[in-house]
Amino acid sequence: MTALASRTGRSTPGDTRRRLVVIGNGMAGARAVEEILARGGAVQYRVTMFGDEPYGNYNRIMLSHVLSGEEDAGGIFLNSLDWYRENGITLHAGVRVEKIDRFAKLVFSDDGRATPYDVLIIATGSRSFMPAVEGLYTPGGRLLPGVFAFRTIDDTQGMVSYAQQDHHGRAVVIGGGLLGLEAARGLQSHGVGVDVVHSGGHLMNAQMGPDGGAVLRRSVEALGIRVHTSSRTTAILGGDKVRGVQLRDRPDIECDLVVVAAGIRPNVEVAVTSGLPVERAIVVDDHMRVPDEDEIYAVGECVQHRGEVYGLVAPLWEQAAVLADHVTGADPSSVYLGSRTATKLKVAGVDVASMGLQAPERDTDEHVVFSEPSRGVFKSIVIRDSKIVGATLLGDSRKVAYLTQAFDRGLPLPEERVSLLFDLGGPGDEAGVAELDGDAQVCNCNGVSKQVIADTVKGGCTALSGVMDATRAGKGCGSCKLLVRQVVEWAADGAVAEDPTAAYYVPGVPLEKAALMTAIREQGLRSVSAVFAALAPGGAEDAKSKMGLASLLKMMWAGEYIDERDARFVNDRVHANIQRDGTFSVVPQMKGGVTSPEQLRRIADVADKYNIPMVKLTGGQRIDLLGVPKEDLPKVWADLDMPSGYAYGKSFRTVKTCVGQEFCRFGTGDSTKLGIQIESRFQGIESPAKLKLAVSGCPRNCAESLVKDVGVVAVDGGRWEIYIGGAAGAHIRKGDLLATVDDPGTVTLLAGRFMQYYRERANWLERTYSFVPRVGIEQLRAVIVDDAEGIAARLDEAMQRSVDSYADPWAERNSPFTPGQFRTSLPLEVLPRVPVR
Amino acid sequence: MSAGLHVLGPVDEIPVGEGRAYSVASEQIAVFRLRDGSLRAVSAVCPHKGGPIADGTIDRAVVMCPLHQHAFELETGCSTTGAGPLRSYPVFADGSQNVVVRFP
Ligand SMILES: Cc1cc2nc3c(=O)[nH]c(=O)nc-3n(C[C@H](O)[C@H](O)[C@H](O)COP(=O)(O)OP(=O)(O)OC[C@H]3O[C@@H](n4cnc5c(N)ncnc54)[C@H](O)[C@@H]3O)c2cc1C
Ligand code: HEM
Ligand code: SF4
Ligand code: FES
Repeated sequence: MTALASRTGRSTPGDTRRRLVVIGNGMAGARAVEEILARGGAVQYRVTMFGDEPYGNYNRIMLSHVLSGEEDAGGIFLNSLDWYRENGITLHAGVRVEKIDRFAKLVFSDDGRATPYDVLIIATGSRSFMPAVEGLYTPGGRLLPGVFAFRTIDDTQGMVSYAQQDHHGRAVVIGGGLLGLEAARGLQSHGVGVDVVHSGGHLMNAQMGPDGGAVLRRSVEALGIRVHTSSRTTAILGGDKVRGVQLRDRPDIECDLVVVAAGIRPNVEVAVTSGLPVERAIVVDDHMRVPDEDEIYAVGECVQHRGEVYGLVAPLWEQAAVLADHVTGADPSSVYLGSRTATKLKVAGVDVASMGLQAPERDTDEHVVFSEPSRGVFKSIVIRDSKIVGATLLGDSRKVAYLTQAFDRGLPLPEERVSLLFDLGGPGDEAGVAELDGDAQVCNCNGVSKQVIADTVKGGCTALSGVMDATRAGKGCGSCKLLVRQVVEWAADGAVAEDPTAAYYVPGVPLEKAALMTAIREQGLRSVSAVFAALAPGGAEDAKSKMGLASLLKMMWAGEYIDERDARFVNDRVHANIQRDGTFSVVPQMKGGVTSPEQLRRIADVADKYNIPMVKLTGGQRIDLLGVPKEDLPKVWADLDMPSGYAYGKSFRTVKTCVGQEFCRFGTGDSTKLGIQIESRFQGIESPAKLKLAVSGCPRNCAESLVKDVGVVAVDGGRWEIYIGGAAGAHIRKGDLLATVDDPGTVTLLAGRFMQYYRERANWLERTYSFVPRVGIEQLRAVIVDDAEGIAARLDEAMQRSVDSYADPWAERNSPFTPGQFRTSLPLEVLPRVPVR
Repeated sequence: MSAGLHVLGPVDEIPVGEGRAYSVASEQIAVFRLRDGSLRAVSAVCPHKGGPIADGTIDRAVVMCPLHQHAFELETGCSTTGAGPLRSYPVFADGSQNVVVRFP
């Protein structure tokens, strides 16, 4: 074995596979590797990937959704780090390749590594183009604080947190193309006012002519975005940070944030320094190979093929497939002949499709145009020799699939041209979908064909959401959802399983929350089984729905709720949090994070007596006893003699406090006292998702109040700020300021009123960080502070009823609620145990 | 495992709508008492990552493991969410309201 290793010079003894190195871990690089693996490439190659960005591969298209807050950054990953591990791929994330030695076949990276390759793929993508504008950079050569590109997760998250900072209320987007409009729309959702400054004569001039651009402008302006066309930005004003932009021949615009979306430039530096042929981008042949280099391929936006450089994802799916055919030898005859750029997108919420010519060029060209600016609809089709040579469609995507195919294949057109634009009782959508070829691409973002969708449906998946999950179709920009739906309907022959869960509060009862609550109240349904019997189809119970219903009924009926224990999740049956090994964690109440020597002594004694494997401080300023078997729970509670801290439920959890005025020399308010009051009042109330609170004694904010579901900060003059909808877990969001009030009593009142409104209106498992932006802080302030809907008194009263019905669940230690409530369901087998430290 | 009938104890030990775990002749089984009063028995350890099935949430058709919410048909033990299967056992209440399982 050793002999073999030294003979072949490989790091893994016995691994005789060739070395495939990929530079660039973006959409094209990762897709190419997926295609190679799909052709059995893992047998031939050991794969190493370099990516400048310190992550796995994510769906760059979805950054617009991350910017607008519709999607978590974590939710857009196409290839997680696990994927690389599972496929035996070595990923150097956060490492930049600087040079290729084509003769020694080595790749040099900025971590000082030299990596040998047998086959190399360059997929370095592009970056935002930074126009020559004065004041864009600091003297140190960095972007001026407040200036952002829009290309990466880091750009996007930087923009979000900057936009959320106080006093950052205005933004200018430079560039009125696809990216610029997406950025503008996304920033708006953070309450930022946006101006788009575009040097072209009309918006999206790469995709459409002036008439379409004018209609688009109306739609965009209707969203509240100001548009300045034919305007060139000449300088960024500020010096230390952005304070405005200067335009040529126009007044300056004041702003706090600038997004540069003025086009993209291929990343070709590595190729240039390494002596590869580069014109506008890295030149490749029809095999995606760099000319005269047998072992070097390139793919994606960094590539120039037959003179074309593409800036959208659809072409790169085709490129990656051809590349993989050659790299693996699966199909040596495979060729890439270029992509016809029919683009179909959703830009700032507007459907946009464009292909081929924008306008007629010859006298004999026919031009069919329909324009309805008030609805934001514009359709233009250019016909030559009875074939479509160009089309632009705005605001209505219904005929797009048909037109794209007619454009791609040069299909003969109907005599009555108007039926190109509208369905006139002729072959409708259904027929249109039926006519599409199997390999017609339905989802351009994720490269999913009609055939793949149809096969998934035939495979037994007939719900739209299921098909979308399985194929990723419709999960990019979202513009193709309607078409995906039509294809699913067609493939299922009308037997589409309706998407059961989308709008329902719980999947098993077909009602939205408001309607469900009305039915429950009108019919006096006080138990989960009564709700199923009265409202579920066929009266059928549904395990997935029980917990959500139990929470809702308890909230609605408080003391009158009929508590059926089987409707509870195990945590709520035994008042502790189940752990991976089936044991439980016990967190006693420690109001405001304040404890005493007696309590600590008791906790220590319990830990000793029951051999608690781990004692840990929680993030909520409490003490967690982990690894308690179910049968010990009642004894542990008895010895602790402290109430439950509710660290297990979808309920009010804890109030974190700082030391505050009493001891801290900065304190302006008694944060500890208020925190304890709040926790005493709202302890244990159930809610759609957990509620974590905090109170800080001054704006230094040591209890991190700005990132809590409800956070309170004492400010000068004995006043208190109340923030809602903050989060600092998987999702990070700064809370919105609900109100600044004069006394702790009002804090408690408004916090309670907000929580009650949230309990009544939020979807099951919807945290406040989604609920608050969904409803909007203005609306919440109107209802909760100004009582605009006249429901404040009712909300307060409902909350009071819940408060009054509080009982410490750990009291059940003396008389179990059900037989065998604390009987073990373990130790039934040797299970992995949490290591004891 | 010894084939034949095994008496596990009174039905009343299992609250309606919940499950309890039993150790029978070196087998670990979870017995559930449905809201209609009928009984179901499946193996007690989740094939996914060893979760305690008896602590799961049920309806008339499935049990959901408390750890990662994989669901299994109570009649057959087959997973509806793509996990491996549980074993299922015939089970009934005898004349004196005792739970009886039959091992094949
Ligand atoms: C906000 C936004 C919205 C978009 N919306 C759409 C849309 O709706 N529809 C559509 O079709 N397209 C859209 N696009 C375009 C689409 O994302 C790109 O076409 C696609 O990502 C190109 O893939 P790529 O792999 O060529 O480049 P990238 O995805 O950019 O990947 C290149 C990767 O290589 C890395 N890299 C570069 N140089 C080096 C080096 N020297 N060493 C190591 N790593 C390196 C980069 O850091 C990057 O991670 C959008 C783009 C953005 C930014
Ligand atoms: C006189 C001033 C201060 C002193 C003496 C002080 C002291 C401390 C001490 C001793 C800790 C505990 C460290 C540990 O748990 O190991 C701590 C934690 C912390 N301090 Fe300060 N601090 C001061 C000011 C501040 C200020 C102004 C802030 C906020 C801007 C702050 C934020 C924090 C935070 C967030 C923690 C971590 C809390 C946690 O463990 O959950 N501190 N500080
Ligand atoms: S938030 Fe202010 S009052 Fe509270 S501990 Fe920190 S510095 Fe002191
Ligand atoms: S252990 Fe049962 S679902 Fe994971």
